[in-house]
Amino acid sequence: MSTQTETAIAKARARTGRMNGAEAIIRSLEAEGVEICWGIPGGAILPLYDAFMACEHTVQHVLVRHEQGAGHMAQGYARATGKVGVCIATSGPGATNLVTPIADAFLDSTPMVAITGQVPTHLIGTDAFQEADITGIVMPIVKHSFLVQTVEDIPKAMKAAFHIASSGRPGPVLVDIPKDLQLTEFDFAWPEEIDLPGYDTDWISGVDQDAIDAAADMIARARKPVLYVGGGVINAEATDELILLAEALQVPVTTTLLAKGAFPDSHPLSVQMPGMHGSKYANWTMHRSDLLITIGARFDDRVTGKLDAFAPGAKIIHFDIDPAEISKNRLADVSLIGHLNETLPALRDAVLANRNDERIRHQIDWLNEVQGWRRENPFRYRRDASKLKPEYVMEAFDRALRGKDAIWVTGVGQHQMWAAQYLTIDGPRRWITSGGLGTMGFGVPAAIGAQQAFPDAYVVNIDGDGCFQMTLQELATARCYDVPAIHAVINNGWLGMVRQWQELFHGERYSETDLFGTIPDFVKLAESYGCLALKAETEAEADAVIAEAIAARRPTVIDFRVDREEKVYPMVPAGSASHEMLDETWENEWVEEGV
Amino acid sequence: MGATNHHTLSALVENRPGVLSRVAGLFTRRGFNIDSLAVGPTERPDRSVITIRVDCTRHSVEQVVKQLYKLVDVIDVYEIAPDAAIERELLLVKVQADAERRSEVMKLAELFDARVADVGQTTLLLECVEHPDRLASFEELLAPYGIVEAIRTGRVAMLRASAPEGESKSRLRVMG
Repeated sequence: MSTQTETAIAKARARTGRMNGAEAIIRSLEAEGVEICWGIPGGAILPLYDAFMACEHTVQHVLVRHEQGAGHMAQGYARATGKVGVCIATSGPGATNLVTPIADAFLDSTPMVAITGQVPTHLIGTDAFQEADITGIVMPIVKHSFLVQTVEDIPKAMKAAFHIASSGRPGPVLVDIPKDLQLTEFDFAWPEEIDLPGYDTDWISGVDQDAIDAAADMIARARKPVLYVGGGVINAEATDELILLAEALQVPVTTTLLAKGAFPDSHPLSVQMPGMHGSKYANWTMHRSDLLITIGARFDDRVTGKLDAFAPGAKIIHFDIDPAEISKNRLADVSLIGHLNETLPALRDAVLANRNDERIRHQIDWLNEVQGWRRENPFRYRRDASKLKPEYVMEAFDRALRGKDAIWVTGVGQHQMWAAQYLTIDGPRRWITSGGLGTMGFGVPAAIGAQQAFPDAYVVNIDGDGCFQMTLQELATARCYDVPAIHAVINNGWLGMVRQWQELFHGERYSETDLFGTIPDFVKLAESYGCLALKAETEAEADAVIAEAIAARRPTVIDFRVDREEKVYPMVPAGSASHEMLDETWENEWVEEGV
Repeated sequence: MGATNHHTLSALVENRPGVLSRVAGLFTRRGFNIDSLAVGPTERPDRSVITIRVDCTRHSVEQVVKQLYKLVDVIDVYEIAPDAAIERELLLVKVQADAERRSEVMKLAELFDARVADVGQTTLLLECVEHPDRLASFEELLAPYGIVEAIRTGRVAMLRASAPEGESKSRLRVMG
């Protein structure tokens, strides 16, 4: 954080004076160092929007076109920066439109504060116009929520909300503020203390040496260890510590969809993504392993496949920040709750102190075996001169932006998996995707939020034609604020991932997945939003439009007309064991090589 | 993972609006059936205690306790071992008891330390504070007379005054 910002925050925190609740919300945002937020005004939040204009402040408000867009923009910003993303909506439908981003932020542990207007206190519970019990609606998908009861509680609730959203395992917090409280005057002072007796994160700090020793001992006895890395490493900002640990251990590293970039894809120890569309070698590595060193990951079903058959011979070490993840899906033999940037170095020290030549010999054999699988089973597709393959588009983007300051965002579906397979992500916070909730429509707004966090970066949203049509109204936001992110629509005219399941598991009955006849002309559509609009139907055109889009530095949409039949392989069918992968492109059979 | 058993959990929570929904909602969302739930104030006006009885495996109860700790309004959660605790529940029961049967029913009530709360022409309303198992026996013995209406508060539990602190009140915060 720059000194200038720190001074501004200190000044905001020192501010006192008479003001209404609406201004107090803005002063609270300043005191929390919020530079930007996203939202749409409406009846119950009108006083806040009035205050945005009436008073001098340092918070930029971005007007979006749909509240869901505001939520995902806040998420894109939060995932790109690690700071809390802030979104604002009015009561009722405004608030309910935030439900999807809130659920998404909850499942992907994204720090977010959602501020909603509520009908005036005396109308609560009367089914008033635009009344919805939003704190009740979001109860199972927030880390916490506040329905503010008095104007004096506004700064307290705001301070608590930011603290809860950003500490421990991050997540979304909702603050619901009745309109009459926004209009009530009071004496503002930024609270010094937070009164949350039931929320204690101090105990997470520090390292339990017994657990470290037990883990190091288990590693010393393992012959086929693997680091199974999840998104927790990114939230903990522990990439450097992870790389040092992996290099000290010399073991293969798998990174889940959320962890892409937590460990460099191009690192020789990386075996990339495991799971349903992961690499064969990542899944085989997990399956054959005798020790999963689990770091900030949660044994999600898209990673494990059939849980009983997942890594059947492996003992489990589990490092996490959330005790509730330990032994939730898979029993841990050794577990340690802590901050990964403290616990990973401690484990490294213990491992280095416990070197033994026999172990190293075994582990080198193991690493060689894994590298062999990797060499022989890369992600690959069949090129076809007459068609543009979606995988080619990924490779072309990867080539064009390799070594540049790039941030990749995706929608959800086939294009997301191709992006995960073919893009090389070498640093944290450069890969932003909706993993847990799998929210179609995440891409456009999340890319805008990420780009607003880093205006000079090259932000590319790899989107699908189905996803794009769910949130493309935010192109207007991109145009208004000159947000130059590139929206690359991988257009196959299908709800492609659903179609793939229908082809493989539902007798080729393509029930309600064909969009082809009704897809608008994306070029004309994007032009009407004032964006640069490009189209590619061949590999040569793809290379050309990618270069043009990168050079343009303005909101851009590219319509990539790709092969309609292409499927994502390898694939672990839902409910199968994770090493049983389907790959019809290369083998018309179940692949169990090496297992 | 393992056999199911009854577990009594005692959650010390902040006395704030919505806290009961949050706690009850968590059990629903994670697929637990609540056998009994009682909520009430404590010696401090800003704290309540929610006593929850669930039937689940040891592994499940550990998981749900960890989830409970994640609720910001939940300050502490204890599993209370039955042999180290006093467990009580209040029963209100309206029994058929005309003039002929009245004294018989009242004798039975005496045996259970139940009190006559109200008397009608043909019924008696009894109240009884006892261990839930004893209440069940009481109800069983009253059944032949004809129970018109019966209602229970749900159990509350507290460690015995004689129990050494921290021994049977297993604090489950940092596990694993």
